[in-house]
Amino acid sequence: MVVVVVSADDPAMHSSQNEQDNRFYARFANIPLLEPADSQEAKDMVVSAYEISEIFDTPVLLRTTTRVSHSKGIVEFAEKTEAPHKQFVKDASKYVMVPSNARGRHQIVEERLEKLKQFSEETPFNFIEENGSKIGIITGSIAYQYAKEVAPQFDYLKLGFSYPLPMKKIGEFIKNHDKVLVVEELEPFYEDQIKAAGLKVEGKKYFGHLGELSPYRVAVGFKEVGVLDEIPVAVISPEENMFPRPPVLCPGCPHRGAFMALKKLKVNVTGDIGCYTLGALEPLNALHSCICMGASIGNAIGMERVNNSDKGTVAVIGDSTFLHSGITGLMDAVYNKTKVTVMILDNSTTAMTGGQQHPATGLTLMGKEAGRVDIPTVVKALGVKSVRILDDYDYEATLKTIKEELERPEPSVIIANRPCVLMPKRIMDEPYVVDAELCTACSACFNISCPAISASEETNKHGRPKAVIDETLCTGCSLCAQICPTEAIILKSHFVKVEEV
Amino acid sequence: MKDNNNYGILIVGVGGQGVLLASEIISETAMKYGYDVKKSEVHGMSQRGGIVSSHVKIAPKVYSPTLSYGQADILMAFEQAEGLRFLDWMKKDGVAIISTTELIPAIVTSSKKYNYPEKPVEIMKKKAQNVIAVNADAIAAELGNPRLINTILLGVASNYLPFESELWMEVIKKRVKAKFVDINVEAFNRGLKIQLSSVEA
Repeated sequence: MVVVVVSADDPAMHSSQNEQDNRFYARFANIPLLEPADSQEAKDMVVSAYEISEIFDTPVLLRTTTRVSHSKGIVEFAEKTEAPHKQFVKDASKYVMVPSNARGRHQIVEERLEKLKQFSEETPFNFIEENGSKIGIITGSIAYQYAKEVAPQFDYLKLGFSYPLPMKKIGEFIKNHDKVLVVEELEPFYEDQIKAAGLKVEGKKYFGHLGELSPYRVAVGFKEVGVLDEIPVAVISPEENMFPRPPVLCPGCPHRGAFMALKKLKVNVTGDIGCYTLGALEPLNALHSCICMGASIGNAIGMERVNNSDKGTVAVIGDSTFLHSGITGLMDAVYNKTKVTVMILDNSTTAMTGGQQHPATGLTLMGKEAGRVDIPTVVKALGVKSVRILDDYDYEATLKTIKEELERPEPSVIIANRPCVLMPKRIMDEPYVVDAELCTACSACFNISCPAISASEETNKHGRPKAVIDETLCTGCSLCAQICPTEAIILKSHFVKVEEV
Repeated sequence: MKDNNNYGILIVGVGGQGVLLASEIISETAMKYGYDVKKSEVHGMSQRGGIVSSHVKIAPKVYSPTLSYGQADILMAFEQAEGLRFLDWMKKDGVAIISTTELIPAIVTSSKKYNYPEKPVEIMKKKAQNVIAVNADAIAAELGNPRLINTILLGVASNYLPFESELWMEVIKKRVKAKFVDINVEAFNRGLKIQLSSVEA
């Protein structure tokens, strides 16, 4: 059987919640590891990964990082080849992992690892670039590109097949150079193994293990070692005290209605992974935990069981995340009779990652017709007695429903099912406008964090700015109009200018 | 201005302004011209009004897909304060092409903690040698579509890159939806007329 696992790490956590180094999984599982350093290698290594998997009868881990995955380069294709279809061959000693069989397999894994060590010495993915330098660099993945960029004059041992390491090749390389540095992002994965083999290298103490490397950071490291004089530096001073521009919920995002209500109720809100995580940011500040997919419900259960709040706890989780890893948490709440309110923010898409389909949309990822899981039916089948469905554009109804469900002594679920305004189709209804005569500059609408609402040039008598709505951004969701205390926000067609009357 | 044949370009803006499309167009044009090209960006939040930046590296052989501070030959900013934010990525003699577009985020409006800089373009002109401020909003409005800022600035940038207009046009036609090709070609040509010498020296 051929198994290739692709895993992308995210140094600097551009869009992740942890900064882990998945290369350790290859070592942990005793399986080969491939690390592409650019788009061409990413393509070539996928082909090789399949071959290695087949030849050595092993799963293969292909590990990239943000800058390998989120970059593009010129790629040359090879001839397409067809692989013959193979059928599953029954072999209990291999596929039935009961202890008596597993003991035999462990033996095979160890033997396989020895063969892979030999392969690692021979594969062209681990290559040496000689430039006649006394300085040798052992590197892989994107760190190779950074090092080559700032110091092309050194000798390189570039690792592409990096578990098991080609320790003989590494030993030779070290022997042939006065000084050898290991440049790798995140953990000292190569460095520790090389040192454990009794070889002399340095690395992490110059390049660090936090965040992502860059040509700049690698150059600074080389300078600190004393092997590089010039480093690329800014010649124009950076601007101090720039305002932040965090991502925000889109204009017309239905989640905004849910977070406005949750904020008003001052409940503890355990969150999950998706667009709605943005409810945590100011000025909404309406989501108070976000750990991993599915954690919202588990967190809420734990918090409720220790009576952490007299206002109550609400777990918010999106439709695709609920289907991915929320169902088991909800089952726990039902089984253990935990009083918890779960709000499924069902916008009918996987919005944060670009609008992918999921099991409740009725379409495959390729847009073809698929089976459809009905979320309310799933929730009821788990044994949740109270399942309320609402439109989160209706602020008062949302507020009232959450309040009522918080009173229940048992698990309850609220499904807010207004679809995403961007996907699958962009929804633009008639925009709202602000009647500056009526606007008192109270800032209530500023606090719902809508990108369509900004400060007007006009101010009230205390000099505070009134609100203005960008009609090209407003989708007409009406949430701001619903909370405006002076009814200054009205549909554009209802707004008649005084001079026109 | 350029004495060698490698180019670092940094394109910045706010989610939804077309930063990624602009960097795709530059990259593909450079590739068709015969250069090695790499580009990199992180765009998980791009649709949510956050900052988007895209690095494009063009040379006979490119290693890192990202630039370093002080290494950009061209900085293109589709929002003026974002141009200011990324100005230190530019070379001293680099060219900053800045749309005077002003997008003030909700966090600045709703909080007293933050301020949008006053006259970002003026600050940039004090710090950098070559700043081209383009009222791309006005040009786009004239052309009848507010979503043309990226193409207008591409036209300006093309004055500082060695690729012929025909090559740019070929790529724009391929990359832009058919019904928007004409208006984008027009936007590019409007930008093409703008360069350092055409604004105040």
